[in-house]
Amino acid sequence: MSTDLVQAPENKPCELSRRRFLSRLTITFGAIAAAIVAIPCVAFLLGLRKVPSVWRTVGKLEDFKIGSTVNVSFVDPSPLPWAGVTALTAAWLRRESSDQFIAFSVDCTHLGCPVRWLQKANLFMCPCHGGVFYANGTVAAGPPPRPLTKYPVRVQNGEVQILTSPLPITS
Amino acid sequence: MRILKFVWNWFDDITGVSGWLIPLAKHPVPHARKSAWFYVLGSATLVVFVVQIVTGIALASAYVPAAGQAYHTLVFIDSTRFGHIVRGIHDFGASAMIILIGVHAIRVYLFGAYKYPRQMGWLTGVALLFLTLGMAFTGQLLRWDQTGVWTVVIAAEQAGRTPFIGNWLGHFILAGDTAGGATLSRFFALHVFFIPAFIFFFVGFHLYLVIHNGISEPPKAERPVDPGTYRKWYAELLHRDGVPFWPDAAWRDGLFALLVIATIVVLAVVIGPATLGKPPNPSIIEASPRPDWYFLWYYAVLTLIPRWSENYVIILGPLLLIIVLVLLPLVSYKGERSPLKRPWAFAIVAFIVFMIAYFGRVGHVAPWSPRMDAPPLPASVVGATSGPIADGAKIFHEKGCEFCHKISGYGGIRGPDLTYAGDRMTSDQMETRIYSGGASMPSYHGNITGQQISDLLAFLSSRRRRPLAATDAGPPAK
Repeated sequence: MSTDLVQAPENKPCELSRRRFLSRLTITFGAIAAAIVAIPCVAFLLGLRKVPSVWRTVGKLEDFKIGSTVNVSFVDPSPLPWAGVTALTAAWLRRESSDQFIAFSVDCTHLGCPVRWLQKANLFMCPCHGGVFYANGTVAAGPPPRPLTKYPVRVQNGEVQILTSPLPITS
Repeated sequence: MRILKFVWNWFDDITGVSGWLIPLAKHPVPHARKSAWFYVLGSATLVVFVVQIVTGIALASAYVPAAGQAYHTLVFIDSTRFGHIVRGIHDFGASAMIILIGVHAIRVYLFGAYKYPRQMGWLTGVALLFLTLGMAFTGQLLRWDQTGVWTVVIAAEQAGRTPFIGNWLGHFILAGDTAGGATLSRFFALHVFFIPAFIFFFVGFHLYLVIHNGISEPPKAERPVDPGTYRKWYAELLHRDGVPFWPDAAWRDGLFALLVIATIVVLAVVIGPATLGKPPNPSIIEASPRPDWYFLWYYAVLTLIPRWSENYVIILGPLLLIIVLVLLPLVSYKGERSPLKRPWAFAIVAFIVFMIAYFGRVGHVAPWSPRMDAPPLPASVVGATSGPIADGAKIFHEKGCEFCHKISGYGGIRGPDLTYAGDRMTSDQMETRIYSGGASMPSYHGNITGQQISDLLAFLSSRRRRPLAATDAGPPAK
């Protein structure tokens, strides 16, 4: 290999030599090629599927006794066909009066573990770090920073419906 | 035999493989003598990584990374005799890799082998350590049972504590609004393609650096590293006292790797993989998610820190760890390597190992978790089958007291043990406590009837070392 091939001729400042121009051009080609592949890939990965909230029926009005808190589950809005059981979401639902319902997310506001309803103690308790919530969802004890998240509930044509919502994330 | 030789010669002639492979295998290494066995940890980590690739490919040939099907494919894999063993090898292999990479890092730190010119060896090793932890986390998640799903939810909630972008980041981890169809596929791609690609790159770079800079010689007190003269001195050392890596050093790597693999396989056959939990159905709320052993210490630390510091520790803790590990070889790159001259190095390692073991143990016991499966107290503990004391014991269980308070070996340990509560507190004090609650205890004001509290106090007051006469038991008349 002859050495004069690698020896670039001295060029004046501010003047782009042919070789320097070619190396920058090659790097630019590579960068463009990488970008036009990377942009759609990254956009695809970062893009989160947004689905509208929908009302999901969780039971008939007469199925719920006034004053009792029960675990209900409903299917996420427009679940992916391969989601299987993971498309389900649970909620705690209480009939407060003949036409009043209250629904809580099961996710503890501390780190998201599923809280359980202790019927006789009238409390929600989280098995992870011992967060406790009163029947109205306010924090009774332990680490949770805020009350249990509520889902909107309505009664439509004799059916109790919960409005689906994204997983509540305490930030 | 002659044909094989002919084929090899032909292959070597047109590829030139022996021209670089043989010198590479026989490259001189310092004669480590008594320290020689300390040098087998890195290669063993790599060998276990290869085991993970092989068993991972075997598992991936049956595993379906779809949120609704993955659990069933795991049940299927477990139902076959060898599938069960392969999953066991992959599971114990993950543990082995974590242990080996940790011990390897400790060895490099104690030997001061991260100093000049091997700083980049340390830095690529730090990258590999975190990538391995990433594999452990995503791998635990691919065991897509109930704990797998809740692990994603908890990870999303932790990411949610990041300032400004927390909510977006949390939902990005879930790959949507809730844990569902899109969630698992992401973690599968991370575990099987994305992180391994980075591991391949960094392992390659790490090994290249080992060859380029030479493996570090065993440290000796009073022989500090001087970046100005080290390379020349090291070259002379190899010339004077070097041995070829193959086979003089390699046989130890081979023997140790065999022992590690044999241990993994025996454990996989005898104990088997981690048992699958309930199906990944987020509507089954009877769940108590726990991380695998390697993250238990972190789980414990996050639980035990003061609540106000939680948001800072969740985000800044790992960041700080990375900064310290990255700065180490950049700041301390010369001087004494011998641990005998760096006593604080021993102290730091001892402290870290102790903390991980201690908090791992605490995380395993998880004293902060209510024992929500605690059975009602048996009559032998209560000491009565009817009357206020028996009724009070029933209320103690029904109101959830027992989930956090232990009595005679039954119940949780989040709150104080109440086995001898009657010796410590008067009935009035207990009543005040029950009504007012505390930081970790709910107030039962409005949640308990007069009769119930009177029975509960009767029961608690009867918890004494020496039982009172029957007439003394019970709360003072109101």
